[in-house]
Amino acid sequence: MIIAIPVNENNAEPSICVSFGRAPWFLFHNTVTDETQIIKNPAANAEGGAGIKAAQFVVDHTANVLITVRGGENAAEVLLAADIQIYKAQGSTAKENLALFTEGKLEKLESFHAGFHHKQ
Amino acid sequence: MKIAVLSGKGGTGKTFVSVNLAVAVQSATYIDCDVEEPNGNLFLKPENVTVTTVHTLLPDFDADKCNGCRKCVDFCRFNALAFIKGKPKVFPEVCHSCGGCVLVCPVGAVTEHGHPVGRIENGAYGDISVVTGVLNLGEASAVPVIRAALADGLTGKRHSIIDCPPGSGCPVLESVSVSDYCVLVAEPTAFGLHNLQMVVEMVKMLNKPCGIVNNKMEDPYEPLEDYCRQSGIPVLCRIPYSETLATLNAAAQIAYEHDESSRTLFDTLLRRVEAEVKP
Amino acid sequence: MKKLLILSGKGGTGKTTTAAAFIGFAKAEAFADCDVDAPNLHLVIQMDSEPEQTAYYGSQKAMIQPEKCAGCGLCASACRFHAIRLEAGRYAVNEYACEGCGVCAHVCPQQAVTLEDDIAGTQTLYRGNRVFSTATLRMGRGNSGKLVTAVKTALTEAAPDKDLVIIDGSPGIGCPVIASISGVDLVLIVAEPSLSGISDMKRILKTAAILGTRAVVCVNKADVSLGNTEAIEQFCEAHDIPFVGRIPYDHQASVAINAGVSLADVPCPARDALQKVYAETMKQLQGGVA
Repeated sequence: MIIAIPVNENNAEPSICVSFGRAPWFLFHNTVTDETQIIKNPAANAEGGAGIKAAQFVVDHTANVLITVRGGENAAEVLLAADIQIYKAQGSTAKENLALFTEGKLEKLESFHAGFHHKQ
Repeated sequence: MKIAVLSGKGGTGKTFVSVNLAVAVQSATYIDCDVEEPNGNLFLKPENVTVTTVHTLLPDFDADKCNGCRKCVDFCRFNALAFIKGKPKVFPEVCHSCGGCVLVCPVGAVTEHGHPVGRIENGAYGDISVVTGVLNLGEASAVPVIRAALADGLTGKRHSIIDCPPGSGCPVLESVSVSDYCVLVAEPTAFGLHNLQMVVEMVKMLNKPCGIVNNKMEDPYEPLEDYCRQSGIPVLCRIPYSETLATLNAAAQIAYEHDESSRTLFDTLLRRVEAEVKP
Repeated sequence: MKKLLILSGKGGTGKTTTAAAFIGFAKAEAFADCDVDAPNLHLVIQMDSEPEQTAYYGSQKAMIQPEKCAGCGLCASACRFHAIRLEAGRYAVNEYACEGCGVCAHVCPQQAVTLEDDIAGTQTLYRGNRVFSTATLRMGRGNSGKLVTAVKTALTEAAPDKDLVIIDGSPGIGCPVIASISGVDLVLIVAEPSLSGISDMKRILKTAAILGTRAVVCVNKADVSLGNTEAIEQFCEAHDIPFVGRIPYDHQASVAINAGVSLADVPCPARDALQKVYAETMKQLQGGVA
């Protein structure tokens, strides 16, 4: 399966980003091949609809699981409609969270915040 | 003549000046463009009110015609569209109603429907037409409702008084752009002066003639007096702070109708504005 | 970290005056002015450091290259925002009305239209022991919701370890207000005892409720209308909204503001009342249930 995590840096041990929609990078880890890719988030500087665009990006990368600190309602709608499981992050690094996930210690993220309504 | 009343800072007395000016004119249209928090109707208490809904347009996607090319999703600069399980989906509060997705669809699968964002209330107070724009709670953009209020209100009557929102952003610009003259309501505080300077910049940029009303005057506030002198903008009148006015205002009473000095003041102000606009 | 946001619905009720007083009482080290249309907090808060200024980019704006324009007018007909006008035989974009949607660029048969970056405002950040984040929106620009969010983010990133953040909000109930409410722990509504003030207070309370954020209410200039003040108290009681106090009309407030001083530093009846409102608000902030 492919696990997606919003992260702050593009390096060997990136820290998890508190924002989903405007995270600078997304880490994608393939549990079958054990490969990890870190790709720039196209929604990072969006004026509006950042959560939607970031969620679309995650969906388009065929992720099955997302681990995040929080997420907005609109992002959640896109992710859940694409059958992506969303888990609440713990700890501060992507590595920690991948380990916790594998050990079955992460919980599902149940509540999402209202959109930021970035409209003129 | 279309007179816009604005201030930059909130609470300086835009509605107080707009409402009383409209009453001084008698046969006028009062248009409340502060659609997030419209208050003129509390004073003018309009009767025979009819309500029309203001809509923006939202896209609909015909699943049978859609070929999954995603041109609509890729075109949308507001990220209002997502592509989920082979179908485009719109997020209404992010959509700007630009119509782009309709245009780019190669198979004509996108149409639009009306989505309510607010309403216009049309009523009368004596001979005054009262037009109130109201933005629905949770809606982000005031501009479509302001546009609708102005379209409704600007008929052939003698004068239109446009009560503007606070600030100097898009909603204010929209409210002011159709006006012939701008009345700037200033209060004698550092905050008031700072925000006055911002709207003066806007009004000058739009090439609108303007004049200042100094409201809630107690002791003279020198920086405001200096600014008025240096800017060359005429001071149309000075309204002293008074408990009588504050109390009348708190009870949503129209000062012109209850207070002799207010009646004189607004009659004079009206004549002053008319004189400023005369070619 | 707890975030307190001060709103009012109606303009001119005393948000900034209250925010400045609270910042003084709390000796707060992290605060922001989210009224980006008309920021005023910096006029009563003295900062020692030089601020960092960053250009803020809002939506892009369309630009028509006059030499390529054939004057067909397809752009103007397609533009939903009335942002394109005819000038001397060529079409030109009004930068104030343009929303950067790209439809004009799409329909132009001459490829005469491009979308360009537009500086919509300036963000200002004071760093040091005290962190102050604010911004100004260029006139006529929208997108203030995004700028408000940028102001809040700049603050929490520069001061992640502070316990208390005080945010001065803007009037209204629209985009910038919605953006400022997002993620705060408590909203303090400074209400004015007038019919307008009550009507606007109700709208802002409903807005906070829609966004799932707790709110408490105080009344400023309470003695201008005791009847209306009581009506506000009763309304709060009936709707389970904590009422945190009354502040009397006090001429000292404008004198202090005009001298660029926070009310926290001026002994007067308004300050005494504000101190009680502050204490009650802090209790609500610290002790509240999410």
